[in-house]
Amino acid sequence: MRSYIIRRLLALIPVLIGISLCIFLILQLIPGDVVSGLLGIEENPELRAQLEKKFGLDQPLYKQYWDWISKVLQGDFGRSFRTDKEIFPEIMSRFKITAQLTFMAAFISCLIGIPLGILSALKRNSWVDGIIRVIALLGVSVPGFASATLLILFLSLVFQYYPPVGYVGFFEVPSVNMQIMILPSVILGTSMSGSVMRMTRSSVLEILRQDFIKTIRAKGAPEKIVIFTHALKNGLIPIITLIGMQIGSLLGGAVVTEQIFSIPGLGLMTLTAINQRDYPVIQGCVLFIAFIYVMVNLLVDILYTYVDPRITYK
Amino acid sequence: MKTIIDILKTIIGIIKELIKDPMGRIGFIGVLIIIILSVLAPLIAPYDITEMFTRDKLTAPGSQYLFGTDNFGRDVFSRVIFGAKVSLKVGIVSVGISATLGLIFGVTAGYFEGKVDNIIMRFMDILFAFPSILLALFIVSVLGPNITNTMIAIGIVNTPVFTRTVRASVISVKSMEYITSATSIGLKPINIILRHIVPNILAPFTVQATLALSGAILTEASMSFLGLGIQPPDPSWGSMLNESRKYMETSPWLVIFPAIFIIFTILSFNILGDSLRDVLDPKLKL
Repeated sequence: MRSYIIRRLLALIPVLIGISLCIFLILQLIPGDVVSGLLGIEENPELRAQLEKKFGLDQPLYKQYWDWISKVLQGDFGRSFRTDKEIFPEIMSRFKITAQLTFMAAFISCLIGIPLGILSALKRNSWVDGIIRVIALLGVSVPGFASATLLILFLSLVFQYYPPVGYVGFFEVPSVNMQIMILPSVILGTSMSGSVMRMTRSSVLEILRQDFIKTIRAKGAPEKIVIFTHALKNGLIPIITLIGMQIGSLLGGAVVTEQIFSIPGLGLMTLTAINQRDYPVIQGCVLFIAFIYVMVNLLVDILYTYVDPRITYK
Repeated sequence: MKTIIDILKTIIGIIKELIKDPMGRIGFIGVLIIIILSVLAPLIAPYDITEMFTRDKLTAPGSQYLFGTDNFGRDVFSRVIFGAKVSLKVGIVSVGISATLGLIFGVTAGYFEGKVDNIIMRFMDILFAFPSILLALFIVSVLGPNITNTMIAIGIVNTPVFTRTVRASVISVKSMEYITSATSIGLKPINIILRHIVPNILAPFTVQATLALSGAILTEASMSFLGLGIQPPDPSWGSMLNESRKYMETSPWLVIFPAIFIIFTILSFNILGDSLRDVLDPKLKL
């Protein structure tokens, strides 16, 4: 197991190098260049030369990449063009907020998705199954920003309730933090639960068709044991994969929800940097998010061995 | 000519199978409505999408303005109908880009295997390592937000999914005896690929394309909602929703209609994709 994890971590090195190269090269596609963007219409050759020197843009491309990546490896993501603040500490403080939102959303998604998915599989082709499948389809099809906007509209028109503005950390005032985070988590969680429901249903149905389930039933095991101990446990792998992918995606991709509810997470930080054309921040955020995404996928792979001990990695 | 007739017969056969299933029928009709709306948008829309009726700003829905007017006095119904055209265009072009790239990369990787396969698939792994909306936003932030770059960004983001689907299908088809026979009689790889492999991987490819369409429309709407997709004055459901949030308490129709159209479109494509998968690949039906 340990050697498997070490091998997987080593295999990540070329992927991470590829990701960093990809981010670096995409930034070279900027029409004009970064300095032109900063100078705007005030094109001044002296100022341009100064800025190019400051950001190392007068160096050859490979040297620029090497300087950047070697600093990143030491935890130095550079400084923001706009605020001159160090990027890495800012990413870390924003990441905590996004992580809280992600895990709350994933919890809500599992809470809704897994039980309804199991129920749907057990009541296959009944009206219960029909209703759950429609709910799941809506969950998959209704975009988070549309449901969030409609929910805010509904709450404000019917209950005169407005989502709290501003952000308070969980360890500062937990009750206020929960008030702020609950609505976006519910939006994200219900949206994620559609896929979880569908995956749970198909996975449990697939397992229920297997011969060993017939054998267990023939031996007279209670239905609870059949479903929860055997069917669900064996059908968990695709569900874990999906939830893992969703968590990985949300850790960096909750941009829209964070924007709607003004939650100062990593997504909003990236979006603000994109709007301000703050390239070192964009570069740092995208690299960090891709790194987290890859690590979450690795964790999911490792989790497989605990769920299904038949899986051995050779 | 015979091939075209065969393809048409197959398509008609698939549609017949689709509409036998109630869900398939709903999805098919939903998608058909969206297609008709977007094709006939210039005929259906009663007003120009940029025309501002300044005296009628934020007018509620009624007989003169079916879905009301926005804060500039523009007709919401006309803009929503043209929004369908924009969404469908972005969806089709971006899926076209990713499907073409995915087909080329997937077939090359699956057919030639070895080093070529390794290089292509590692590159796809790298693209896969980014959350899709983030990669699309990143590309657009670099290229500049407009409709062409939005389509390119969404096209690139979806390429790895197509590549993986095509590669897996090619590997499975390649092991068939008829491919071995074709190779042994000395057919060139390009002929084997075009005549024998591609026609046999079309089923999973079509299902993937239909499902990717709804994903592409969703990504475009999300990007436009964030102000980094379709730019004003072009109408996009996402940007319409975002622009209207300031007025939604006093003029709720501004957010309700674009939201309904986004949900309806994505729902229709998802239902159609699911039913198409059941028709083309019954093994997956549960």
